[in-house]
Amino acid sequence: MLILECPCCGVMADETELAPGGEAHLTRVGPEGSDADFESYLFDRKNPKGVHFERWRHAAGCGKWFHAARSTVTLEVFGTYPAQVTEPPKALLATIAKKVPGWEGWQ
Amino acid sequence: MSEAVSALEGATFEGFCTLRDAGPVGMVTIRGDLGAKGFAKAVKDATGCGLPHPRGIVTAGGRRLAWMSPDELLLICEHGEAPALAAGLAEALKGQHALALDVSDARAMLRLEGAGCREVIAKLSPANLAPGAFGPGEMRRTRLAQVAGAFYMPDETSFEIFVFRSVARYAFDLIANAARPGSEVGLFAPAP
Repeated sequence: MLILECPCCGVMADETELAPGGEAHLTRVGPEGSDADFESYLFDRKNPKGVHFERWRHAAGCGKWFHAARSTVTLEVFGTYPAQVTEPPKALLATIAKKVPGWEGWQ
Repeated sequence: MSEAVSALEGATFEGFCTLRDAGPVGMVTIRGDLGAKGFAKAVKDATGCGLPHPRGIVTAGGRRLAWMSPDELLLICEHGEAPALAAGLAEALKGQHALALDVSDARAMLRLEGAGCREVIAKLSPANLAPGAFGPGEMRRTRLAQVAGAFYMPDETSFEIFVFRSVARYAFDLIANAARPGSEVGLFAPAP
């Protein structure tokens, strides 16, 4: 069972209280982008084996969106952080780099 | 003016805990920037309650004010005084990016009483209800089986539970089933 700490209300929220929001930190491509970029924005996902940054919503709780970093292999949760950022916090990246040798970084 | 009735019109169930429909309860949703200058004072002046801490619920003068999310509070009061309180709050919060609305008829409140009440709710919700992890003074928004719900403990042996009015019957039957005599688990306290 996946348990994430909601950074908005501080509850240790069980997976069944949360709604998944897919991969985090996507750059939106609008009408000004090329067709290929737009298609990539809509459909191309990293789908990594290992560290993954995700969006989640505390749907049955405070209702707010937040970010989470976890491993898709071990289900280890590295941390959660607020939704109002465009990239993961440096401290969290450092923690993950220490825990996962050979990790290529979030981009 | 039509007469207000609660969703289940005072239904009760006697199990190892007692469950009852709490009747018409006044509820006012307040949304806004809780940290904004003058917000806390406006709410205090209009309701008599100070701002609760995150996940907290404060009681003052027969009213309760609960923290629902980083930008939302819920005022619980007498059913009859809710419209006036909502109007008073709207007036007090004028000039701020805030909203106060009487939502009394949108939700139902159930009251669960008995020594094993923690257990009943723990059967239905993923929230940690162990003594020490959750207790009086805290509002928890979570899930009760398949529907969203919120609850707090007025004291150690009771819960007040909020669900949307449309699912009041579902929630009542669900909690009643979890409180059926003979279904005590004895997880938090020895079974009587």
